Amino acid sequence: MRKRRMVAPVAASLSAALLAAGCGGGGGGVTEATGTLEDPITVKWGEPQTELVPTNSNDTNGGTVLNAMFTGLVEYDPETYEPRNAMAKSIERSEDKKTYTVKLKEGWKFHNGEEVTADNFVRAWNYAAYAPNGQQQASFFDRIAGYDEVHPADPDGDGPKEPPEPTAEKMSGLEIVDDHTFTITLKEPFAIFPETIGYEAFSPLPETFFEDKEGFAEHPIGNGPYEFESRTPNESLTLTRYEDYKGEDAGHVDAIKLVVYEKSQTAYQDLQSGNLDMTDEIPTSALAGGRWKEELGDQAISRERLGITTLALPLYDEKFQDPKLRKALSMAIDRESIVKEIFNGAATAAEGWAASSTPAYEPGACGEWCTHDPSRAKELLKEAGGFDGTMTLSYNADGAHKQWMEAVAGNIRNVLDIEVDMNPVPTFGTYQDKMDNQEMPGPYRYGWVADYPNVETFLKPLYGTNGSANYTGYSNEKFDSKLAEADQAATEDKANELYMQAEQQLGQDMPVIPLFTNMVKGGKSERLAKAVMTPRNTPALTALKVAEQTQ
Amino acid sequence: MGRYILRRLLQLIPVFIGTTFIIYSLVWAIPGNPFAGLCGPRGCPPSFVEQMTEQYNLDKPLPVQYVLYLGQLFQGNFGETFNGIEVSTLIQNAYPVTIKLATIALVFEAVIGIAAGILTALRGKGFVDNLVLAATLFLIAVPVFVSGFVIQVVLGVQLDWIDPSVGSDPTIGELLIPGFVLGSLSMAYIARLTRTAMFENKRADYIRTATAKGLTPRRVVSVHMLRNSLIPVITFIGTDFGALMGGAIVTEGVFNIHGIGGLVYQAINKQEGVTVTGVVTLLVLVYLLMNLLVDILYAALDPRIRYD
Repeated sequence: MRKRRMVAPVAASLSAALLAAGCGGGGGGVTEATGTLEDPITVKWGEPQTELVPTNSNDTNGGTVLNAMFTGLVEYDPETYEPRNAMAKSIERSEDKKTYTVKLKEGWKFHNGEEVTADNFVRAWNYAAYAPNGQQQASFFDRIAGYDEVHPADPDGDGPKEPPEPTAEKMSGLEIVDDHTFTITLKEPFAIFPETIGYEAFSPLPETFFEDKEGFAEHPIGNGPYEFESRTPNESLTLTRYEDYKGEDAGHVDAIKLVVYEKSQTAYQDLQSGNLDMTDEIPTSALAGGRWKEELGDQAISRERLGITTLALPLYDEKFQDPKLRKALSMAIDRESIVKEIFNGAATAAEGWAASSTPAYEPGACGEWCTHDPSRAKELLKEAGGFDGTMTLSYNADGAHKQWMEAVAGNIRNVLDIEVDMNPVPTFGTYQDKMDNQEMPGPYRYGWVADYPNVETFLKPLYGTNGSANYTGYSNEKFDSKLAEADQAATEDKANELYMQAEQQLGQDMPVIPLFTNMVKGGKSERLAKAVMTPRNTPALTALKVAEQTQ
Repeated sequence: MGRYILRRLLQLIPVFIGTTFIIYSLVWAIPGNPFAGLCGPRGCPPSFVEQMTEQYNLDKPLPVQYVLYLGQLFQGNFGETFNGIEVSTLIQNAYPVTIKLATIALVFEAVIGIAAGILTALRGKGFVDNLVLAATLFLIAVPVFVSGFVIQVVLGVQLDWIDPSVGSDPTIGELLIPGFVLGSLSMAYIARLTRTAMFENKRADYIRTATAKGLTPRRVVSVHMLRNSLIPVITFIGTDFGALMGGAIVTEGVFNIHGIGGLVYQAINKQEGVTVTGVVTLLVLVYLLMNLLVDILYAALDPRIRYD
């Protein structure tokens, strides 16, 4: 790091000397060599929670690396986050809407020279779904025919009963036609399926992964724009550009070093003094009063997150059965002032259950229920017969949630005259356990980040009956059947329209109270001309561009 | 002396087994499933939790788990973290940094602390004495994260004299400022400890005798007075070095030093019993060895102390 600072003055004086000697050709511009392996672009990072295998990684740190190292059938443009075909030449849907024929682009190679074929996709997906492999991302494949045979559902969730043994090793819905063609058959039609497979879990895996998993964990091999160079656990990971990359999303920087930071505060300090090139997190202390915007100026990065924060209600508790009470709570909360006072405007008040920046989505399903109207809230509470006893609000104390949760509690207390208690749960792990086991003593904060840029990701997993993240126990036949209707739709546009109609049903039932969507915030150094954060809060490594420096 | 050291070394064995067991069961007793929070808002699929639980033996009763762990440990296998990295690799990466940082901190605190103590004791009451007392009081009152943070912002961001954080394989030069921050609290203690001990010994009979028999003041101070005054200081430095070798969570965090302290802290947060037990056991051994070293040093400083 130190060396870099020396480069500029040395280069400057050298060039000055050359000019003075009368041999300064090329207009006198000196470009500092940055972004090379000797002087890589550095990006703040954290130790990933699992091995760097796309089918088993679910955290943003792992995602940052895997996204750059792997390219699936579809990818999301880092700037617009619209899906587009990447490795897929075409994805065509059959008449019965259930089968997709995927044609791959030819000539793509993994970083070790192995050719990417249909087999790499099919094998990887089967590996992910097969229950005994215990892959975190297994549930992403549950729409494919034959998933239930390779991954039978546990009859009682995490309960004591063992799930039945799988009866097959491979999903019947995946069939290889030839080296560059395969078919995907779904259990039920899912109109937006091609949009959903841009997630890293759907990446292809090379032959070497299946032969030597330990070796792969040490030196992962992908087919994406960047290849693995080296890693020191708990310290850093270096990626270099894959020169033979055939896709659109090729990188611009030769080498990127991801540096592990324990505190976002330190990373921020480093960014300001030019010791770090990009951070994906601004510390709370710098957020206060919008200080970071002043300090970073045009080096600040922010955009709306593709996610939402809600106040979930324990519908398994009989106290919360009446939708009128739930609406009263919603109308008691002053979202606009929370956004303004606590987040300094770096958030947007929710008007529906999906992030308002979701492509092809129109917010507003929550309508009047998401407005702050104390008198109407009081009326609704009266109609619901009041609320007995103390209401306990829970949040996980290892995230920055205390301040705004206190504000929500204050709103409920002042407007509805209900006794409110706070229940900070020390770690997210314990918190997740409580949600899983439906043990929340009252309303609790819940944050959701989209898996793919479609409104469906905000609806079915969270509010569909038995949805993979439906912890409140909400179940409504009308909602479910509307979602099913949307899944069957003839076109993606029609599907989106129907999903939004399903969302209207949530407006009537208010199973959880939508609150706000935070901004994704980060910063870049002067060495970078461009740095982009994806709306899923990861730095988009392929979008980094080094600034041209002239003296 | 040889037999004494051997006896002390043999004592390490039961301590080693006891501490590993206590640490292992403490980590085990942390409520909640360590894998529950791993998968974000979606929660982990049961098959993943099951596979991890099996891999880390968490489904077995505690004593069985412990014996399995110890068996691996005796084969030199520290186990793996939840993201598939060998704990021994992590220790190998982190320990040299921690040793460097601890040594720098120790040199700072010992040199400046003892010098300040001697200076004030010899000069007696006056400006220097008041200055040292006020300065040490200030150092004791300010928490390390405040001093670290202030120094980082002023020197690193505003003046741009140093890099705010330390690189992945830090040099001694890079660690000077963090080492100073880390050692500052103990430096204050050492200054005060030396000062008090010197003041007490100044009026001792043997000092008067030494002066009376005509020794030069330099010899009286350096050989007679200092040697006796340093015994409590050595005790303090010894235990402090043991503590410093255990890593400095706060200082490491502020300067982004990837040392042993941060490693343990993160492992505790993640409920990674294997990492916590491995590292902490190592720390216990280091601590015990440091104490042994201090005890041996007593004998070197004070001829009256004999161990056989």
